Amino acid sequence: MSMEIKGQVVSGKIAIGQIFVFRKRIPVITSETTNDPEKELSSFLLARDEAIEELKVLEEDATEKMGEEEAMVFSVHGMLLEDQDFEEAVKEGINAGHNASFAVKKAGDDLAAFFASMEDNAYMNERAADFKDIASRVIRKLQGIEDGIKLPEHPVILVAEDLVPSDTLGLEKEKVLAFVTSKGSTNSHTAILARSLGITALVNTGSEFSDDLTGQIGIVDGEKGVFTIEPDEETLSEYRRKKEEIQREDEELKQLIGKETRTKGGQAIKLYANIGNPSDAVKALEYDAEGIGLFRSEFLFLGKNDYPSEEEQFENYKEVITLMAGREVIIRTLDIGADKQADYFNLPKEENPAMGLRAIRLCLERPEIFKTQLRAIYRASAFGPVGIMFPMITSVEEIDQILDLTETVKKELKDESISIGNVELGIMIETPAAALISDLLAEKVSFFSIGTNDLTQYTFAMDRQNASLEPFRVPNHPALLRLIEMTVQNAHKKKVRVGICGEMGADFDLTKYFISIGVDELSVSAPKILALRKHIRELA
Amino acid sequence: MVEFSYVIKDELGIHARPAGLLAKTAAGFKSSINLSVGGETVDAKRLISIMKLGAQHGQTAAFTIEGDDEAAAAEALKTFMNENL
Repeated sequence: MSMEIKGQVVSGKIAIGQIFVFRKRIPVITSETTNDPEKELSSFLLARDEAIEELKVLEEDATEKMGEEEAMVFSVHGMLLEDQDFEEAVKEGINAGHNASFAVKKAGDDLAAFFASMEDNAYMNERAADFKDIASRVIRKLQGIEDGIKLPEHPVILVAEDLVPSDTLGLEKEKVLAFVTSKGSTNSHTAILARSLGITALVNTGSEFSDDLTGQIGIVDGEKGVFTIEPDEETLSEYRRKKEEIQREDEELKQLIGKETRTKGGQAIKLYANIGNPSDAVKALEYDAEGIGLFRSEFLFLGKNDYPSEEEQFENYKEVITLMAGREVIIRTLDIGADKQADYFNLPKEENPAMGLRAIRLCLERPEIFKTQLRAIYRASAFGPVGIMFPMITSVEEIDQILDLTETVKKELKDESISIGNVELGIMIETPAAALISDLLAEKVSFFSIGTNDLTQYTFAMDRQNASLEPFRVPNHPALLRLIEMTVQNAHKKKVRVGICGEMGADFDLTKYFISIGVDELSVSAPKILALRKHIRELA
Repeated sequence: MVEFSYVIKDELGIHARPAGLLAKTAAGFKSSINLSVGGETVDAKRLISIMKLGAQHGQTAAFTIEGDDEAAAAEALKTFMNENL
């Protein structure tokens, strides 16, 4: 019977093929005591040595396939296992009467707890996971559980709960048509791997997969985020057709990769991408984005139980910046509040959240959150050109406050001898107030980005989420166009660049107008870039 | 007995990998080698003990080496610290 499962989109388009379910065997750890500590000890030592050997192989494999940095984790794990301290901790447990698996788990957990609670040392706190990891590797060896995935002869859609680096290292990637995981996120290992390999992937489908699926036919729609199992003939042939069609259209638009975005009359405009996470950045590159015009940093904050650490943010920003390899990346600082909520912020309930404590207002109210993000971005800037963009600006005073904070952060990093790169500061123009004082704001920053969605909502006092207002919306209302034009003129007088990052940026009917008033850049969702480039190249 | 001190320059302090290499370097000598940071002293031949020090950028790592090959050990450790931390 045909079944459809929804998941979070990571990357890719359409994959059709046989399903292969990978299930990890889970070690069983009992608290059973032992009468023969000698025996437990020797099986521990044997398992540990096997784990060390395995890590050596993994390290070599990773060095070859992914680079030394990726391989480092295996070399560190090997050294931790070789260490006398770990051996002694396990011995102590065995001598106290525990079985080997239990003693190893206890040693790992105790060390993890110690490192997790080290004060003011975020780096060491994050090492807690390493101790749990090495313990579980030894336990797997103790219980004869193999690492890695053995794929069948033919290419498959690989389905699993989640995959970790040690699962995928020996994986024959050319045999993988797509990944589908019931857990994980767009930042999980599977997602990052899928993006780097350009393989279709869906994560976090929620439901657990049964082993019976192996061998059945599946379709992964990496655009809609749907995994179809045992599709009927009609769906199957429709997807086959769709796949061919996508390939054909892609081929056609791909001819435009590397071509200039310029009208026939010679007017140029830059086409950037709006992204929400690192997988989008891969897409952006695939569609030849000339930069990232809007990197929504909220994805790191939403759907979490706690604030993301500086390190976690840094890694994510760095991933995007590194991926973009020299093309500008404009990161918008936290835009939370209104329709985007996270429980741990403990935001008071507001009568009118769209006009409430959101975006830059929230950041200035809670500078510790803001500073953590700024530090992470400045650190990531060492890896490529970065713009930091502040949302919901309404006054010069706000910018002055922000600049005080960025100066403090830069000084702190300098004092810590942490290198930073070239960072430009800019603001969103998304309130009528900002557009009206754009001449004053232009004195303070290097670029503007006009957020047409919110600018529309605030200019017309029309809730953007309220469908019943549709009859009152006037497309291309002169009030909005005047605000945009005024902003561009004021910006250019001060040599400030202007981009447009709202829905209007991708509106073909307005492209010509934007180019004529001198907009420097349009930032749109990645799949629209090449089509927009085609349109611009056909303009007079 | 040989003693020497080194101010940690690495941004992350004595982080996992160099700590492991440090322990290996130390383990290559017969002498007993103690490492003190921030008032705590550990056996420098033990990786996890070194990591537990949580030695951060700017802190001083003091080595105390005692044994037949202490001079050579001190030389090797000085070089190691300069190159890696």
